[in-house]
Amino acid sequence: MTSELDIFVGNTTLIDEDVYRLWLDGYSVNDAVALRVRSGILEQTGATAGVLQSDTMDHYRTFHMLERLLHAPPKLLHQLIFQIPPSRQALLIERYYTFDEAFVREVLGKKLSKGTKKDLDDISAKTGITLKSCRRQFDNFKRVFKVVEEMRGSLVDNIQQHFLLSDRLARDYAAIVFFANNRFETGKKKLQYLSFGDFAFCAELMIQNWTLGAVDSQMDDMDVDLDKEFLQDLKELKVLVADKDLLDLHKSLVCAALRGKLGVFSEMETNFKNLSRGLVNVAAKLTHNKDVRDLFVDLVEKFVEPCRSDHWTLNDVRLFLNQYSASVHSLDGFRHQTLWDRYMGTLRGCLLRLYHD
Amino acid sequence: MPGKLKVKIVAGRHLPVMDRASDLTDAFVEVKFGNTTFKTDVYLKSLNPQWNSEWFKFEVDDEDLQDEPLQITVLDHDTYSANDAIGKVYIDIDPLLYSEAATVISGWFPIYDTIHGIRGEINVVVKVDLFNDLNRFRQSSCGVKFFCTTSIPKCYRAVVIHGFVEELVVNEDPEYQWIDRIRTPRASNEARQRLISLMSGELQRKIGLKVLEMRGNAVVGYLQCFDLEGESGLVVRAIGTACTLDKLSSPAAFLPACNSPSKEMKESPLVHPPSHGCRSTHNSPIHTATGSRLTQNFSVSVPTLIYTGMGSGSAGKEGGPFKALLRQQTQAALEQREFPFLTLTAFPPGLLVHVGGVVSARSVKLLDRIHNPAFVGIMGNTRSYKLLDWNSFNSDEPETRDAWWAEIRQEIKSHAKALGCHAVVGYSESTSICEEVCILSASGTAAVLNPRFLQEGTVEGSLEQRIEENLPVGCGFCHIPYDELNMPFPAHLTYCYNCRKQKVPDVLFTTIDLPTDAVVVGKGCLIQARLCRLKKKAQAEANATAISNLLPFMEYEVHTQLMNKLKLKGMNALFGLRIQITVGENMLMGLASATGVYLAALPTPGGIQIAGKTPNDGSYEQHISHMQKRINDTIAKNKELYEINPPEVSEEIIGSPIPEPRQRSRLLRSQSESSDEVTELDLSHGKKDAFVLEIDDTDAMEDVHSLLTDVPPPSGFYSCNTEIMPGINNWTSEIQMFTSVRVVRLSSLNLTNQALNKNFNGLCENLLKSLYFKLRSMTPCCLCHVNFTVSLPEDELIQVTVTAVAITFDKNQALQTTKAHAEKTLQRASTDNDELLQFPLELCSDSLPAPAFPATKEHLESASSNSGTPAAQRAVTVEKASPMGDGNFRNRSAPPCASSTVGVVKMTPLSFIPGAKITKYLGIINMFFIRETTSLREEGGVSGFLHAFIAEVFAMVRAHVAALGGNAVVSYIMKQCVFMENPSKNQAQCLINVSGDAVVFVRESDLEAMSTQQSAVNCQTSCPGEVTT
Repeated sequence: MTSELDIFVGNTTLIDEDVYRLWLDGYSVNDAVALRVRSGILEQTGATAGVLQSDTMDHYRTFHMLERLLHAPPKLLHQLIFQIPPSRQALLIERYYTFDEAFVREVLGKKLSKGTKKDLDDISAKTGITLKSCRRQFDNFKRVFKVVEEMRGSLVDNIQQHFLLSDRLARDYAAIVFFANNRFETGKKKLQYLSFGDFAFCAELMIQNWTLGAVDSQMDDMDVDLDKEFLQDLKELKVLVADKDLLDLHKSLVCAALRGKLGVFSEMETNFKNLSRGLVNVAAKLTHNKDVRDLFVDLVEKFVEPCRSDHWTLNDVRLFLNQYSASVHSLDGFRHQTLWDRYMGTLRGCLLRLYHD
Repeated sequence: MPGKLKVKIVAGRHLPVMDRASDLTDAFVEVKFGNTTFKTDVYLKSLNPQWNSEWFKFEVDDEDLQDEPLQITVLDHDTYSANDAIGKVYIDIDPLLYSEAATVISGWFPIYDTIHGIRGEINVVVKVDLFNDLNRFRQSSCGVKFFCTTSIPKCYRAVVIHGFVEELVVNEDPEYQWIDRIRTPRASNEARQRLISLMSGELQRKIGLKVLEMRGNAVVGYLQCFDLEGESGLVVRAIGTACTLDKLSSPAAFLPACNSPSKEMKESPLVHPPSHGCRSTHNSPIHTATGSRLTQNFSVSVPTLIYTGMGSGSAGKEGGPFKALLRQQTQAALEQREFPFLTLTAFPPGLLVHVGGVVSARSVKLLDRIHNPAFVGIMGNTRSYKLLDWNSFNSDEPETRDAWWAEIRQEIKSHAKALGCHAVVGYSESTSICEEVCILSASGTAAVLNPRFLQEGTVEGSLEQRIEENLPVGCGFCHIPYDELNMPFPAHLTYCYNCRKQKVPDVLFTTIDLPTDAVVVGKGCLIQARLCRLKKKAQAEANATAISNLLPFMEYEVHTQLMNKLKLKGMNALFGLRIQITVGENMLMGLASATGVYLAALPTPGGIQIAGKTPNDGSYEQHISHMQKRINDTIAKNKELYEINPPEVSEEIIGSPIPEPRQRSRLLRSQSESSDEVTELDLSHGKKDAFVLEIDDTDAMEDVHSLLTDVPPPSGFYSCNTEIMPGINNWTSEIQMFTSVRVVRLSSLNLTNQALNKNFNGLCENLLKSLYFKLRSMTPCCLCHVNFTVSLPEDELIQVTVTAVAITFDKNQALQTTKAHAEKTLQRASTDNDELLQFPLELCSDSLPAPAFPATKEHLESASSNSGTPAAQRAVTVEKASPMGDGNFRNRSAPPCASSTVGVVKMTPLSFIPGAKITKYLGIINMFFIRETTSLREEGGVSGFLHAFIAEVFAMVRAHVAALGGNAVVSYIMKQCVFMENPSKNQAQCLINVSGDAVVFVRESDLEAMSTQQSAVNCQTSCPGEVTT
């Protein structure tokens, strides 16, 4: 006796959270059944393996049918086929768009193209995340990217509106879109110590301050592209390191303010010019796309690593950066205070976040 | 010109992409009613077109209004080639024709295509202006209300119950060999859908006319079925109960004087309001006839059987003058009616006096080809299929079918008479068709009714008075209606354990729901008998003969199984009994489902004895005694499980001869003598006692084993096939209606009956286990109205379809109240004053759990839903979300998901919604869908295909209900689910027919505020009334 057909359809669509997770994780029905058996569900419920198999199949079928709707979450809300309570709809959407940290670190800043998609099996092998799950996550990134890429208005709001994600998740997606659009390099070995959260934090700051949206809230792609004019202007900052007097004055102001307060004062004093040159040169180079992509590599190389090798504490870094930014206001010969603040305000935030082991 | 139909096409959304080049669609809509068609403008390049059309007006006869569906077709405009159809919506406008139902149909309807399924939605507004025409009721029957509910609908009161109405319409099936047709599948599917829609409309109108003739205004328990007879055509038939109903204007007025509002709300089986809750029962004997009358000149006669589960006959005592008088009256009231049948399964208080037992009749018929080649041609070629008027073209055809059913009904009537009853209640009819053989079945419960309900002239207020017969509380219906001295079958009678005045049988089988006032001990449970019988493949007459010969044996075995399983559960009565016999090419299947209960009025059932044939064999003896022990253990376990601990009654008081097990077997054997006195041929348990299982061969051994393999549901679950579970009365508001379908292929070609039985048993048991597992998050809960349907679509395929509803209940209170019940039953005998205190306790505690969280949620959600159609909004404000699984999400931040415009529509096979009150009936939902695919693998195989289809059917039902302004479907039933597959061609087709009553309900929590104070007062005053009714 073999089962040809075996279905269960409820007026309210039954959603089993555990099975949903297994499905999202890309397990086959058989693997999912095996995992459920291992979870001890048979003992708890007195069910048989056959029952579990049938149940899992049912849920998988339902999820498969729902997947089309999950690609455009507002559709899930308005569709009539599956009667799902709002809280469950939200759960379905949220979980569907949730991604793995390990996966996002591999893809962050890469072009969301077919080429990257082809590399997914390598990523799957490397991270231990099933290929199916990798594909879902990749397609989610790409789908969100495509929808909000050329939209005006706040990136986070757009994502929230079109994908009905929670605030937290929408912010993460904003970071992913922002990174993908600007193609920031995040995969280099020296950047491996950074988490997605670190990058997302920086992305948010950059979106807030460095994009077109920071100036004009009615522009297309306002939150996605960096403000080109601003990047051009950043060249003006070069004077801070090119003009020797200005550099010395800046140094003396910082040293005067920090003397006795910094655990690594002497190291700071010795390194000041290097550090300052590093930070200003990063700014000056941002006119080139190539250098924009290497922003994080540069920041780590030029600032984080030197400080780390001198065993600066996070507090040292904070004090230094605060003073370093603030002292510029006292430089009489320097005329680009606003520009400096727009640049340094964000960079300071980023560096503090990036400064850890 | 008595009616004007007005239709407005507002908008579409989520349309499919029809133009690959632009990824968009140029959609327009055709609106068709009768022969008139209107079109909207083409809305270019959009998947969400806003047509916002003018009002399309159709001026039509109300006859057409009743028959015709409104047909809305969405198309994609194509300049160079034919326009492509996107899909259709059929809207039955019948609900707009009665004054009290819906006034407007407005909402989003899924656009349905028989090949692609749902493809987007369309927003439509429909209105009807009916002109006052004096001739209005001549051909049409506008204004007659239809209800699927098999009880008097809540918010109505029965003034008169007129009786049975039936009608059938026959037509050629536009597609009887679906897979071989030349015309496009879509065209033939649509022709079929449309035809069936027309036929149902016509049928309903004709039934309505009959009701008007009887001077009624409503049909309750309306059951419409399709017989797909293949080449010989398509029969649409319907039965129902004509009534005169009175709308209860305000909710408060609707309650009879003796019922408090709180009682009404609480949905407890014991205090159900008269309108819904009466369940009644009867008597163990199944009175069956298996007539086989084949068409034409061929006929096989099978002796009529009367099955009884009874022990031997016993002491005679005169039946009381009351009974005789009553019988006379009823007879007078019912005599003018051809068939004194009621399709109701629950009754207004006082209507049901006695129950005699189950009566059923079956007949095997050979279907005849319809001789009408001219029309086959027409249907093959055109898409616009016109309903044939069979009265002029083929006048004998409907008559033949009519005659078949008339024959069967006659038989039922005579069986009822034999049981001393003049009426049949809980009556239903069904067919099973395989190729050209058709089994017609009818069954019901023979009963004696109070005639006052059935006559006109007894109006206003008499309803309450009618109850005032000198009937004993809660046991009257159990008392035998037949004459003890001239019993139709050997029965083992005792004095009623409740009132001790009248005689009762030892076991009672019925097709109705448990009467509200019945005194029950413990809880009930679902009992199923399952049986397969192989049959040789044969043609025509030979086949029919073979089936006719098998039927009596199947009935006998099904009955034996039911009886044994009932005893194994330690119970003594079956309610809602439904025996389905399905015919296939090479086998017959029998599936009987019922809800077992322990009626306090009936004697405690004896155990089951096992007797071996070869008593000298030592090891065999041992084996037998081992089996006996297992059986005894099972009974003991079941008694504990279902909390069956009836009050001990000393034998002296009862004076009943309950024999010791050993004595009994001897006693029963001697019974054959007494059975000789019975006038009708008795093939019942005659010499073989039902309680004694003789193990004389391996077959019998298998049977005993199969008895013991039925596993009780896991803890926290109960199941029944009646409206509510006896013994549980504190439902909480969570409900989940579901349909589950399984098809299994039998592996080997040379199957034996035993192997078949085992497979079939396994299939049903596994299905139940799966249900329990799936619904485990709802525990404690009860599966109610569990409805199994078996079909044999192909040689080695068995299809089982289950529809049921899971309802949660409060466990703690269940315990309390069952205790209270047990105490109550003890107290019943000696009308103690304490009893009065039991009720208020119960009432107050019961109303607690339901309210709480839905109330707050509704507030939030109705506030957040700011857009949407009027209908959707209405639904939203009343009841937005089902509580399923809320709370699992509490730890998440709330995403902006709350703005959904889709209102929740509940569906349930029951006539009520726990924790809520039905305030309005909006009309009947009766929908027929065909879905076909030629890319079965791509749609996820047969399971994927059917899963999606059933989900779509649910969606379409919900959309129609929401458009009517409703928020639930009650008495929902999936009457047909015919699934055919041809995997080698990658094709499958499925036909589904569903029906139910669209209603508006209001959560009790919303009413609570108003009624709390009142009920507190009423509770005290009303309880004594309740107890004595």
